[in-house]
Order: sequence, then C-alpha cells, then structure tokens
Amino acid sequence: MLLSIDSFLILEKLVLIVVVVMSSLVIAMYATYAERKVAAVMQDRRGPNRAGPSGIFQPLADGLKLFFKEEIIPDFSSKFLFILGPCLAMLTAMMTGAVIPWGNKIHFFDRDIPLQIADINIGILYVFGVVSMGVYGIMIGSWASNNKFSLMGGLRAASQIISYELAMGIALIALLMTSGTLSLKEIVEQQQAHWYSWNIIKQPLGFLIFLICAFAECNRTPFDLAEAENELIGGYHTEYSSMKLGFYLFAEYINMFLSGSVMVSLFFGGYDIPFVNDAALADNIGVNWIALIHTALFFFKAACFLFLFMWVRWTIPRFRYDQLMNLGWKILIPLALLNMLVTGAVILFQQNNWHF
Amino acid sequence: MQALTNRAKAVERKPMSLLERAYLPAIFKGMSITFGHMFKKKPTINYPEVTRPFSPVFRGLHILNRDEEGRENCTACGLCAVACPAEAITMEGAERKAGEEHLYREEKYAAKYEINMLRCIFCGLCEEACPKDAIYLSETFAPANFQRKGFIYGKEDLLIPNPVTEPEAFAKAKGERGKNK
Repeated sequence: MLLSIDSFLILEKLVLIVVVVMSSLVIAMYATYAERKVAAVMQDRRGPNRAGPSGIFQPLADGLKLFFKEEIIPDFSSKFLFILGPCLAMLTAMMTGAVIPWGNKIHFFDRDIPLQIADINIGILYVFGVVSMGVYGIMIGSWASNNKFSLMGGLRAASQIISYELAMGIALIALLMTSGTLSLKEIVEQQQAHWYSWNIIKQPLGFLIFLICAFAECNRTPFDLAEAENELIGGYHTEYSSMKLGFYLFAEYINMFLSGSVMVSLFFGGYDIPFVNDAALADNIGVNWIALIHTALFFFKAACFLFLFMWVRWTIPRFRYDQLMNLGWKILIPLALLNMLVTGAVILFQQNNWHF
Repeated sequence: MQALTNRAKAVERKPMSLLERAYLPAIFKGMSITFGHMFKKKPTINYPEVTRPFSPVFRGLHILNRDEEGRENCTACGLCAVACPAEAITMEGAERKAGEEHLYREEKYAAKYEINMLRCIFCGLCEEACPKDAIYLSETFAPANFQRKGFIYGKEDLLIPNPVTEPEAFAKAKGERGKNK
C-alpha cells in the first residue's frame, strides 16, 4: 500500500513531542530558579532558599502564585489579540524544539527511534522562520494592550529582532557554506569526526556574531530594551497579569534554552562527546546507553549556554537604543559579511587546491 | 575657573580606542569580576535559623525575675516606674497573704505589672533603678502583634519561668548572659 499510515511512527513522534515539550517547560521553570540563584551568588546574596531544601520548589510556588493572581483584561484592549499575544509567544517558543536533534537514536521494540521530532532538510531555516514569528507574539500583545508604553516596548522588540536577524542570518550563511547542508541532524553528524571538527573551530567569528544576535533575539540583557522597566514601566507586558504574564516570561526562558540548543547543534557538535569516538563507544555499550549519554551531554551544553545568558545578564548594563542599532547595522552586519566573504574565498581556494 | 583644591582631576574626553570600541574586552573583564563573586563568602545571616550574636549590653524585652526558689522578686516599690523616661510602666501593689510565701519573696508584691512596649525606649533605666534585682532587659526582641493592646505586656508575659518547676524554660529565658553572672 502506498499510503499506509505507520501508526507506530505517529505514536513514537507523539511521545517524543510530549517529552520535548514537557522537558523544555520544566527546564524553563528551573531556569527561572537558576536565574535568581545565579543573580544572587553573583551579588554575594543567597537567593531563594525558603521553599523546599535550598529553595528547590521556588518555581512551583512562583507558578502557583501566577495562576492564582487576578486575570485582568483592560477595557480598552482588543480582547482577542490581547489573549492571542502570549499564546503566540509560547507557541513559537515551543515550536523550535521540533527540529533539534536531542540525540542520535534509541533502539526499542525492534525499531530505531531517532531522537529528533522532525529531521526536515531545511531545519535551520525552519528555526529562523519560527523565531521571526516569535516577535509577533510580542508585537500583537503590545499593540492589543492599547498602552503607549507597551506599544513602544513592542516596537523596540520588533525593530531589534529584525535588525539582528540579518546579521544572524549572514553569520549562519558562512557556516552553511562550510557544512553544505541546512539539516541540523547532518550539521551535527559532520561535527562528530574529531574534536576539532566542531564548527566553533571553523567559524569562531561567525559564532561570536551568532551569539550576540541570539542575545538580541531572546530580548536578553544587554539587549532587553523591550522591557526596560526604568523607561517603559514593564515594556510590552505592562498590561499583562496572572498567567498571561507568566506565559511571556516563560516563553523568554524557553527561547533562551532553545537558542542555546540551536547554538550547541550548530557550533558545539550537538550531542557529540568531545575526545571520544562515539561510534566505537556505541558498539561497546549499546545504542540506548550512548543515546542517554548523548542527550545528557546535549542538555549539559545547552545548560552552559543558559548559564552564559544569565552570567551576561547580571554583568552588563543595557545598551542605549542608538548604540543597539549602531552595533547591529554598522558593526555586526559588515563583520558578518566579511566573515562570509572570507569563508567563501577560503572554500574556493580549497576546492582549487590552493592555486590562485 | 580656579580649582578649589589641588585634588581635582580633569575628565578625559578623548575618543575611545579601537579596542575600547570593540566592547568585548571590557565585557570579559566585567564577566570575570562577576564570576569571581560567585565564590565570595555571603554576608547574609539566615535569620530565623541563625541569629546574630548580641553584645553583652544588648537591651531587649523585659523580664521580671524570680529567686532560686521560684519566688517573685518584685515588691511593687515603683522605682522603675519613676525612673522610666517614657512612662511605660504601671503597677499595683498588694499585700502577701498567709500561705503565699512560696509565691512572693517579700510581704508586698505587684498584683499588676504592665509595660507598654510601644512606649518603652529600652533605655534600661528601670533595670538600674530596681533595688530588688527584679527587672532585667533580656535578649529577646522584635515583638510583633496585630493589635496595639497586644503590646501592653502584663505579668504573665513578663515573668521569667519558674526555675524550680521549669528549669529549661528558665535557662532559655535567662539567655546567654545569665550564665556569666
């Protein structure tokens, strides 16, 4: 039968989706806790330590608080869009996880189950598409609030994300020229060979530009002008309360985690174990165990990026708006273009066996 | 304009060098500073579990003292009330009846003894005025209440636990300083 539906495939994908969504939610929850702890230790404080042993249940308490707060929808807001905003922010934040390879594959019930929800051949383009849709959540929410401070926050977020997406895309083109594929799975597999085949070695400048742009895309300090509370009250979520506010805050942390995951996949070998021949190890201890190690390592790498995001947030003050635009348009885009040209030239020379 | 002192320094306004304009070295420097702070000792004291040690002359809430046999020392002489600059202390004396010798040390005792903790300035003059060793300022502090009348402490709030019947509570109320005496 040509169109036979593989029900097992649907089942395994469903399970994978649930696991990925749940774990990114839990990670986002504990990222809020980690943020407060990191902020505390960097400022010589103790941080949350009342709810449970060393405050481990603090995120549950926070979530509960947000759920029980009064849900206020302002009279002058456009109610449908007002509700749509946080939904969209949350939805787009979760959607990125679909193309990220969390591990190689596991072997159960005589089936090889790849630990990636969808290995589409335009993986990284999909990520870019979803990320740029993420700004709609902020824009719609801020516009629907019918509040000038919200609107200004939304405008800032939109212009900032658009400006930095350019540099991000150009930085990525250089990487794609070296790897020759858009599929995240293949990019990760190319980096498995040696420790020096990680793309961070090949594209250090590209990574730096990508990292800075990722900070801007996630609306994180030093680029958090969209929620500059001393200028814009609360930024785009001024009018939001209860769990709708929680969704916005949550979406930010999920975005952080997933942009960390994307950077791990693109530049840090994905689930690759450094200095170890993964294929040989897989023969020794079995596919499932190696998948476990791979996934754990992937999450560890992504967690390192989460820590980096927090570390930067509690170190650097926010950019002024003109500085932000100068950095984006006058520094990062020319640098990214230069990086792309140099990479292209090197690739051409390489194909020509270094003859001019 | 003439400088008022020779300590004034002119502000340098030269344009930033290329390295400074690259921001990144300064950012890495800042990040190394914040990273170093993660390993610093935290000055915070986890208050309800750990308390800061008091100086030996700390003046907290009052206690009315008892002697070794558990009898109240106070004779309602009123010297503490006279000494009190905030007029926080009121009392009513009464005569000891036969059969109450185990309760009160002398023939006269305070039937009512009230300190308004909202008026009290914790100066310790009552402690100094007392000829009978009956009133002390303890180490307990930070009273909290929902109503003003809860801050008027009567005898039941002030009296130290009986050292004969409740020795542990007595030792606790007497505090660290009691051991030195």
